[in-house]
Amino acid sequence: MRRIITATVLNRSGVLNRLTGLMTKRQFNIESITVGHSDDPSISKITIVVQVEDDRKLEQLLKQLHKQIDVLKVKDLTEMALVARELALIKVMTTPDTRSEIKVIIEPFRASIIDVSLENVTIEVTGDNDKVEAIIELLRPYGIKEISRTGLTAMPRGTQKTVYNLNQFSII
Amino acid sequence: MKASWVAEEEKSKVLKMSGADMLMEGLEKEGVDVLFGYPGGAVLPIYDALYKKNIKHILTRHEQGAIHAAQGFARVTGKPGVVIATSGPGATNLVTGIADAMIDSLPLVIFTGQVATSVIGTDAFQEADIVGITMPITKHNYQVRKVEELPGIIKEAFHVAQTGRPGPVLVDIPKDISTSIGSYKPSNEVDLPGYQPTTMPNLLQVKRLADAIAQAKKPVILAGAGVLFAKAEEEILALAEQHRIPVTNTLLGLGSFPSDHPLFLGMAGMHGTYTANTALHECDLLIGIGARFDDRLTGNLAHFAKKATVAHIDIDPAEIGKNVETLIPIVGCAKHTVAALLRESTTSGDTAEWVYQLAELKNSYPLWYKNEGEVLKPQRLLEIIHEETKGEAIVTTDVGQHQMWTAQYYGFSKPNRWVTSGGLGTMGFGFPAAIGAKIGRPELPVVAITGDGGFQMTLQELSVLQEMKLPVIIVIVNNQSLGMVRQWQEIFYEERYSESLLPVQPDFVKLAAAYGIEAASVTTEEDARSKFAEALDSKAPFLLDCRVASDENVYPMIAPGKGIHQMIGVKP
Ligand SMILES: Cc1ncc(C[n+]2csc(CCOP(=O)(O)OP(=O)(O)O)c2C)c(N)n1
Ligand SMILES: [Mg+2]
Repeated sequence: MRRIITATVLNRSGVLNRLTGLMTKRQFNIESITVGHSDDPSISKITIVVQVEDDRKLEQLLKQLHKQIDVLKVKDLTEMALVARELALIKVMTTPDTRSEIKVIIEPFRASIIDVSLENVTIEVTGDNDKVEAIIELLRPYGIKEISRTGLTAMPRGTQKTVYNLNQFSII
Repeated sequence: MKASWVAEEEKSKVLKMSGADMLMEGLEKEGVDVLFGYPGGAVLPIYDALYKKNIKHILTRHEQGAIHAAQGFARVTGKPGVVIATSGPGATNLVTGIADAMIDSLPLVIFTGQVATSVIGTDAFQEADIVGITMPITKHNYQVRKVEELPGIIKEAFHVAQTGRPGPVLVDIPKDISTSIGSYKPSNEVDLPGYQPTTMPNLLQVKRLADAIAQAKKPVILAGAGVLFAKAEEEILALAEQHRIPVTNTLLGLGSFPSDHPLFLGMAGMHGTYTANTALHECDLLIGIGARFDDRLTGNLAHFAKKATVAHIDIDPAEIGKNVETLIPIVGCAKHTVAALLRESTTSGDTAEWVYQLAELKNSYPLWYKNEGEVLKPQRLLEIIHEETKGEAIVTTDVGQHQMWTAQYYGFSKPNRWVTSGGLGTMGFGFPAAIGAKIGRPELPVVAITGDGGFQMTLQELSVLQEMKLPVIIVIVNNQSLGMVRQWQEIFYEERYSESLLPVQPDFVKLAAAYGIEAASVTTEEDARSKFAEALDSKAPFLLDCRVASDENVYPMIAPGKGIHQMIGVKP
């Protein structure tokens, strides 16, 4: 199953390395990982999208992350109401004929063209994974030259529908 | 006017000193009185600062010897072992010992030299990324970037190494940090918001365990090394006796429960007793305390404690539920947790029949071997060593058959006298570990039981033994083979002894003589007894080359992939 996990960490050197290293060592498959500092520059937020086999493995992952000295907080957001976004840059081949077609296609996605040359355009799109996947599929027939995706970053929504039990693993 | 005067006064109080001197200050503040190490270019400033100080330094003959000695010291004293090595090869020579300490939860603080900050990342002479290399095998590690950070990092390193679940912490110090002068502000507090080990148990869970105990008809306690770290032996004894619960140990937990106690079942696991493993298979309540259910203990998980409610007390939450599904998880230090449990649990289950049943098994299926023929049996050798030392010695081992025979036949009854490489299984560990153990507990006899194979991995430390005149008795259980490998090849590879026989060996007695150490060769039981007694009396370093039967195997045994109830080689 796919989980979205955030880790709040001390912004010390090597901290990202520690987390990815332990996940490799314990055979967790990282789908994406994003890092940036929070409002306090000494504290960073890491968002990890990861595939885990079952609940036991998930529990083990959360605990191992939490065990790191530099990790302040670990949260599994998957079951929460959340906002999750990634940014993608997509370079698509164009001809004078297709350029306006592409403009029409990307409009509903609130994507924009941020670079233009004779043979291609670069499109910027932000959204959850599904939205990014969808736009990529629509653009694929025109010939995609290059894609660069940031991976997901996420946050729980301000209001949660049900009371979410943060202590789902009582022993952390 | 007044304010500026105060500021002036404050300023004059700020001491200026070099990073190397700050390290010495830090070590003294932590009460470190012995270091294990080896000098080199990147730590020259540190060794120069040490020269002026009154801290004992043990110069081993290889960095691996230094770190295993520090592990032996830590295991018997409970204090962190402190190690110094130079950059590059000095640091990488420590790697095996660091991994060993990590998996066996031994508190170590390791200081490595590093090339100067200005050349880090340029593949400079003797540069190795030791922080990167040891990231997965340390509890935490640091590279010092500013000299002023040093006191705080030292404080943190010692704190992290010895609190919670202990482990090795490495501090990498670039050479220029050691030499540069900074303002010295002693650090008295640690501020680690991400590191708050839970030591007091959740009382709700403790109550659940108390209830389970009241219900249980077939409970068993599995006590691991966590009991020793927490000094919870008395609490475990009280718990077992109060509710009549039989007790078994992991390999590393030996000594946490008296081996001659009627409720003791012997060690569990691959070479554990039939009784202990049967108890783990049949029990209805398994109380794991400070043990991590590794595969050498559990055998095939599909057959491990399947009929039981599993309760697991551990200070490391990540161990709970990792290998075995756990119904009653309790995060906490073993001592506080079992003390709380003793207060909560007033009702015992009816365990009489179970206790009787297990006592019968213990009687019918004890550890056994055939003591026949002229040649000395290794098991008998261990029994003799037990008798001669009255079971009071600190015993260290290497890894292999002799290690398992020691675990089976020495009979530990006191805590922290058993020093072995359990999780990593590091050959070469035993002898240097004995040196550290003797330095940590000079008042106790120390016996290093090693294999003829493993001894040859770290025997250079004979120099240290002789230099310090340390009365350690080295017992080489000489079966002229890599016995444990040979055993597996005999049983599982149709006797194809591929690269496991050691027909060519040094004359170990002469070898000892070359180092100025007394030694004797032992071939019979009488020899073993008289020579061992002589060695004990000599109060000097002593080596015994014990020629034992070379075709003896360690039994009983759980074959790889088999369940804990499928032991082979049980007494017929
Ligand atoms: C450093 C290292 N290399 C290899 C092994 C694999 N190994 C485990 S036991 C063993 C044989 C040890 O032989 P010896 O020291 O003579 O002890 P014995 O089993 O004969 O008592 C070997 C090679 C190991 N545990 N450690
Ligand atoms: Mg051998």
